[in-house]
Amino acid sequence: MLSTIQPPRYLSRFPLRGRTKSRSFHILSSAQPVTKTCFAADKSQILSIRDSLLNRHLSAVELTHSYLDRLKQTEPHINCFLHVSDPDKVLKQAQDIDDKIKRNEEVGPLAGVLVAIKDNICTADMPSTGGSYILEGYRPPFDATAVKRLKDLGAIVVGKTNLDEFGMGSTTEASAFKVTANPWDLSRVPGGSSGGSAASVSARQCVVSLGSDTGGSVRQPASFCGVVGLKPTYGRVSRFGLMAYASSLDVIGCFGSSVADTGILLHAISGHDSLDATSSKREVPDFTSQFTYASSLKSRPLEGLRVGLIRETVDAGVDSGVKSAIEGAAAHLEQLGCVLKEVSLPSFSLGLPAYYILASSESSSNLSRYDGVRYGNQASSDELNVLYEESRAKGFGSEVKMRILMGTYALSAGYYDAYYKRAQQVRTIIRKSFKAALDENDILISPAAPSAAYKIGEKKNDPLAMYAGDIMTVNVNLAGLPALVLPCGFVEGGAVGLPVGLQIIGAAFDEFAKHKCLLNGFFERNL
Amino acid sequence: MASTLFRTIQIHPFFLYPTALFSRRNGVLYCTMKSSQTQTATQEKQQPPKVKVPQHALKKTVDKITRDYEAIIGIETHVQLSTLTKAFCSCPYNYGSQPNTNICPICMGLPGALPVLNSKVIEFAVKLGLALNCKLSLNSKFDRKQYFYPDLPKGYQISQFDIPIATGGYVDLDLPLEFGGGHRKFGITRVHMEEDAGKLLHSGNGDYSQVDLNRAGVPLLEIVSEPDMRTGIEAAEYAAELQRVVRYLGISNGNMQEGSLRCDVNVSIRPVGQSEFGTKVEIKNLNSFSSINRAIDFEISRQALLHSQGQSDQIVQETRLWEEGAQKTVTMRKKEGLSDYRYFPEPNLPEVILTQEYVDSISNSLPELPEAKRRRYEKMGLSMQDVLFLANDMNVAEYFDETLSSGADIKLAANWIMGDIAAYMKNKKLSINDIKLTPQELAELIASIKSGTISGKIGKEILSELLAKGGTVKGLIEEKDLIQIADPVEIGKMIDKVISENPKQLEQYRSGKTKLQGFFAGQVMKLSKGKANPGLLNKILLEKLNGQS
Repeated sequence: MLSTIQPPRYLSRFPLRGRTKSRSFHILSSAQPVTKTCFAADKSQILSIRDSLLNRHLSAVELTHSYLDRLKQTEPHINCFLHVSDPDKVLKQAQDIDDKIKRNEEVGPLAGVLVAIKDNICTADMPSTGGSYILEGYRPPFDATAVKRLKDLGAIVVGKTNLDEFGMGSTTEASAFKVTANPWDLSRVPGGSSGGSAASVSARQCVVSLGSDTGGSVRQPASFCGVVGLKPTYGRVSRFGLMAYASSLDVIGCFGSSVADTGILLHAISGHDSLDATSSKREVPDFTSQFTYASSLKSRPLEGLRVGLIRETVDAGVDSGVKSAIEGAAAHLEQLGCVLKEVSLPSFSLGLPAYYILASSESSSNLSRYDGVRYGNQASSDELNVLYEESRAKGFGSEVKMRILMGTYALSAGYYDAYYKRAQQVRTIIRKSFKAALDENDILISPAAPSAAYKIGEKKNDPLAMYAGDIMTVNVNLAGLPALVLPCGFVEGGAVGLPVGLQIIGAAFDEFAKHKCLLNGFFERNL
Repeated sequence: MASTLFRTIQIHPFFLYPTALFSRRNGVLYCTMKSSQTQTATQEKQQPPKVKVPQHALKKTVDKITRDYEAIIGIETHVQLSTLTKAFCSCPYNYGSQPNTNICPICMGLPGALPVLNSKVIEFAVKLGLALNCKLSLNSKFDRKQYFYPDLPKGYQISQFDIPIATGGYVDLDLPLEFGGGHRKFGITRVHMEEDAGKLLHSGNGDYSQVDLNRAGVPLLEIVSEPDMRTGIEAAEYAAELQRVVRYLGISNGNMQEGSLRCDVNVSIRPVGQSEFGTKVEIKNLNSFSSINRAIDFEISRQALLHSQGQSDQIVQETRLWEEGAQKTVTMRKKEGLSDYRYFPEPNLPEVILTQEYVDSISNSLPELPEAKRRRYEKMGLSMQDVLFLANDMNVAEYFDETLSSGADIKLAANWIMGDIAAYMKNKKLSINDIKLTPQELAELIASIKSGTISGKIGKEILSELLAKGGTVKGLIEEKDLIQIADPVEIGKMIDKVISENPKQLEQYRSGKTKLQGFFAGQVMKLSKGKANPGLLNKILLEKLNGQS
């Protein structure tokens, strides 16, 4: 892929990503097969990199160079990054890994893996702005727990990716700094709010990336950018260091170009953290040992897996192209042995209003700390209230302000019962209905978004239309469940078509157990 | 909103309506705030017109008027817990540390930081809830109380709103005899957990203020009383009893000067016989029990005077500040209706779930509390004055109890502690923990006097040495050869010696100047180095002087 990249002036006509069979990293694919047996999940970049490094087919420095070159070429057209790490520092880290390998020392399972981090996740050595002007230039004194865990395992942080300000948006257009383009069609949005993280993986600027998902901010951009996005169970991954948008819904999620990569990434960042009281103490099973080799595949490998297609998600309001892609995927699952049936979640449509009330309410509180007093941009004033007002008026974008206003209203005396409390009741109903559906089915499936990527600017002035696009994903956050989005087809659009994502919802903390069939890549390889 | 902004300012009233200039200096922590003279002046004007009455007449009139009214007093108390670390992070808190030295990303409210509850806070809350006879909520939760102020890093305070950890208790106390005495029982509405805010340090000229976040995130228990108190002294004693309880429990140092125990008082009055409440006024800046007492009595008089002059509409719902220098309350801010703090459950903290076993285990580990101690001392036959003196200070009570358990007589032990030992402590400005005399040795001292081994006079003499230097009673007696001489023959010999050495005085005595007995007794005592048993000495001396032997 990299060798075929077009000069910049052709970029608008030729997408960065083509609909091609060879998606794997060029160095790896051009290299000799690194192992005699191919993985079923041999699309895993992480496993390939590890193999190549340990077998000395490739050095971490070479690998890093190739990614950095690609990043340099593509970034001006996609604008995924708000901050790119100093190349010298990145190469120094790669060199350290090479030295270790040379000395036959142990290297971490993520050694040499270039990872991009959404900019609302704190990193100690680089700016973390949350995509907001109010935090322009802010450098946290600590790494988020997820970032620290990645670094400890040898991953190299390549930069901080663009997002809708503080995660509030579905297009990444609400960033205070830049608009990120969809690598499949540069005139389209990458989705959001983790648009930069999704697009950077899609454009192969990095191996994997971290995003955050409050109402679909990992899954919807994964769908738009044609990559795999994994939203873990609430509590599976520590939120320490994630700038809070809606604390009871926020989770850090993973992007990769294969299910296996997102799974490996998730495994790396999962587990209890004493700095996050809501992080689960459940043991994190090591599923990486469960990968199956291609040679051992049965003809119907998913025999007996109970799959529920959520009826409400393929009703009216969903693009016909998306619908047929999902139906195609469902039929394919049946061929693989799944028992498919439709399930109805009558409370499904209540999720959207409940989500926007709860998320706005919590955000109105969570964003109170951005007052200009201790850090971030500060308006100059000689009166306290004016200082607050000006710092926040100039520091926040309009989408953020709107949500703060909505949330403040919903929490106000006299309105609390009608809005916040009622939304919490709806949340309980939704949680119960998902629980019931997942008692009868191993997994639930739905589209990740009602449409494929739309044009930049198309919904900017129509927030309700944009909010409506979150219908497929918000319920999962309200229920706190894990969900995986992976490409399952294309619709017309752009030069080569636009990807459509299938959302697979599992029971709480079941990322590794019941999804193992998916992590094994049985389904994915047929796409 | 403005009214909520300045809620914590107590000491410098002219900062209450400041124009502020915030600018960061060393990184993230300093801000400056300018005060505005014009607005301060406006504030002055808002004060109700003063009633002109000559001072002496005022006192008399007020005393008369207040008799027609009943005051209703409720108190909100904040107790700072003496946990090793803050409520939601691992920072220590030491009063008086350099500004912004006990802080971390969590208590500074940096982006991405999350609170994790210190379990000691729950333990201390349960202890206090049980000590105040409250019903504990086995399922409670934390909520966010939202307002903007520079000392509040997150823009909200983590507190408890609709489900406090403890509710519906009471506190028993005995009023001091000098205030008329009597037993009182005051209701406790609720006890809840929350975090403290930072502190604003105002510059001398009022040009700017600086934020010190050392205190931010320190755990507090807020105790809300029922409006059960009627006088300043009752309120002050309620606060004093809370201080005793938290000190007995070891959950706080209860120090009012350091702000470890802070009281906000609500006062309203109504004509005697009326059932509905009057408009209540909140008083802040009460830094001692006596200022609570005096501020309330002032406020009652102020309100009664306004009532009696038909100006009861001048009593408005407001926060007033006690000015220690002027001995009066002044308007701090008027309330425009209720503030909307937009409480909602804190999503970062799980619910607080207590098991009955946990509560029972804490209940079983509670020390003897002040009220139980007082009742026990009372049953021992001590007077209420003694009871209050001994039970008021946990350390004194402990000392007393240990002295008793070493076998000392109750009344004698009480007298020694309240008399000579208390005087010594007061004189040297020491606490009972600082003195070198152990309770065991005090018991020994008392026993030695009682048994006649040493005289009471000698006892008092060696007490001061024991207090200052320690050591044992037996050791001192031996070292200084202080055992009382109770042998009549030995005493007789000494008397003979003194009489023979003072023939002139003997002659005078025998010729009727019997007052000289004292002279002889003194000489003998001197000769015995104070060790002669005085009773025996006088008896034998009298016999010998009168020539009976």
